[in-house]
Amino acid sequence: MSQVSSTPRPRRNTELVLLLLGLCIGTGASLLAGLGMDREITSDYWVQAAVLAIMSLVFHLVLRLRARYADPYILPIVVTLNGLGIAMIHRIDVAEGDDAASRQLMWTVVAMGVAIALLWLLKDHRVLRRWPYLFLAASGILLLLPLIPGLGMEINGARIWINLGVGSFQPGEIAKITLAIFFAGYLSANRDLILLAGKKIGPVTFPRFRDMGPLVIAWLISMGVLVFQRDLGSAILFFGLFMAMIYLATSRVSWIILGLVLVAVGGLIAVNTISHVGLRVDAWLHAFDPEVYNRGAGSYQIVQGLFGLASGGLLGTGLGGGRPDIVAYANSDMIIASFGEELGFIGLSAILMLFVLLVTRMLRAALGTRDAFGKLLAAGLAFTMALQCFVVIGGVTMVIPLTGLTTPFMAAGGSSLLANWIVVTLVLMVSQSARKPVAVGPMVNASGSGSGHLDRTSGVPVETPAGGVTA
Amino acid sequence: MSELAVAALRLGLLLVMWILIISIVSSQGRDLMVGARNKVRPRGKNPAPVAAGAAAGTAGSPSGGPSGGAPASGTGGQSTGQQQARPLPTRLQVTEGPLQGSVVDLHGSPLLLGRAQEADLVLDDDYVSGRHARLFPQGSRWFLEDLGSTNGTYVSGSQLTRTVAVDPGTPIRIGKTVLELRS
Repeated sequence: MSQVSSTPRPRRNTELVLLLLGLCIGTGASLLAGLGMDREITSDYWVQAAVLAIMSLVFHLVLRLRARYADPYILPIVVTLNGLGIAMIHRIDVAEGDDAASRQLMWTVVAMGVAIALLWLLKDHRVLRRWPYLFLAASGILLLLPLIPGLGMEINGARIWINLGVGSFQPGEIAKITLAIFFAGYLSANRDLILLAGKKIGPVTFPRFRDMGPLVIAWLISMGVLVFQRDLGSAILFFGLFMAMIYLATSRVSWIILGLVLVAVGGLIAVNTISHVGLRVDAWLHAFDPEVYNRGAGSYQIVQGLFGLASGGLLGTGLGGGRPDIVAYANSDMIIASFGEELGFIGLSAILMLFVLLVTRMLRAALGTRDAFGKLLAAGLAFTMALQCFVVIGGVTMVIPLTGLTTPFMAAGGSSLLANWIVVTLVLMVSQSARKPVAVGPMVNASGSGSGHLDRTSGVPVETPAGGVTA
Repeated sequence: MSELAVAALRLGLLLVMWILIISIVSSQGRDLMVGARNKVRPRGKNPAPVAAGAAAGTAGSPSGGPSGGAPASGTGGQSTGQQQARPLPTRLQVTEGPLQGSVVDLHGSPLLLGRAQEADLVLDDDYVSGRHARLFPQGSRWFLEDLGSTNGTYVSGSQLTRTVAVDPGTPIRIGKTVLELRS
């Protein structure tokens, strides 16, 4: 078969072993930070470790029951990252006298609870394909929520939060997922139309407007709202998601070129007209200029982060040994700098490696699955996560201008944690359908009725013993 | 606790992090070697390049001579070697029904059959669903897939239950229309 098939083994025991190792890392990091700061190991440390362990073991059990063939590496990686995040946030709390770690722990419980419920109730991601426009509407509503007076909150010039009474929430994070579901659903159903129908001008075939219409509308809504909310990071993320999904569905490089041109033009306009973006770029280009460094919205934060990274060196100062709390937003936007300082290059590259492995596992799920919707969804979400890591870590290390995005699973922030756990759960469901053994009988329509157009590889080889495509 | 012990534990943490990474990578084994094992896959994913490649291959092979063994197809020569000798049918003839006698030229790209205006071959017939069936090339053969139509698609008189390969001359019935592939 031309399907990339893996041996149908559940491998849940592998997952359990790796999960325990991951939990050891999270707990160990937390305890070491306490020791490093000569703190008494209070009950806080044990409560955090126990809660994370219980939740991840429950998640693992639910996977055993509901998605036996799901990817075994995703959960351990994510739990490790989440545990390290909580450990670092708690460590910065101790230095600053804050209480962000218990909020983060609470959000972890909520996020994993939602993820478990999703896994239990939904079971098959293909259900989501049925109502693409519902998800488009949901994305629009979620993006508009912060603009409603009374409900929306403005923090640091960006109006992307809503007030929930108990705390703030960033609905844009969830909109990222609903928009990905919409794109995947719409593109998997209308892919052929976009590809085949249309005018050919020069070497590029332009699709008809009515085939592209919903996509353009979705894109305009998200971009427009983001401009009004002044949230550059999310705008980059949404645009990247849009480009990636179109490219995945059509495999036309011309889309990528068009997208990059639009980014360049849009970027230039934004730098010159929106003061807030201009300042960010200035702080990136002239970070070490004393004038820029001392300015209000200057490069103080990013340069302090760089100093932190530099003082970490190869092995780091050790958890509890550095001063990551000097940097503003050390536990959210700049958490990577905090890790770089205390775990050093070796530790930070381990964290990056975990992200790389996570993204490859998500892409592997996309490659393995048979349905077009699942392929697009998993690959789109994987790309978004990779892009988010690039934007955040690139910003902290001054490869690109710093924008306010969260490091997935690590940074303090409930909405991002919840959204990323949902992303991972969706990908786990896709990988379950990719890896579970299929029974192909003579009467089975392997591609399922109306299973979308991308789906041309499945079922076909059964009919061709001579093997048009059989490897 | 002594400073030496703390320093050792700190190094230990870094070590355990890398042990986790190495165990993940090593337990994946060959799972990620997608490209090496499944060279055909990218061809299956992109209909247009596949069709172009297949057409080029089939056009090239007769001139290159069948004696040349695995002919000029280049990219997919090994996997499709047996089939390469047969050219991909290039025409779809309507043999029965309202459009009888008309011929559709196939350019090696997928074709949507149905009553909807966006279909590549619009069959104006109450027994045909809007998006009824799809005909697509893979290797050197055309495959027919029913898209969940109400009244079904029939190949040589039997209803489609899954995607099948269609050879030239095999009657395809959709509603009142009968179609045949011609080389």
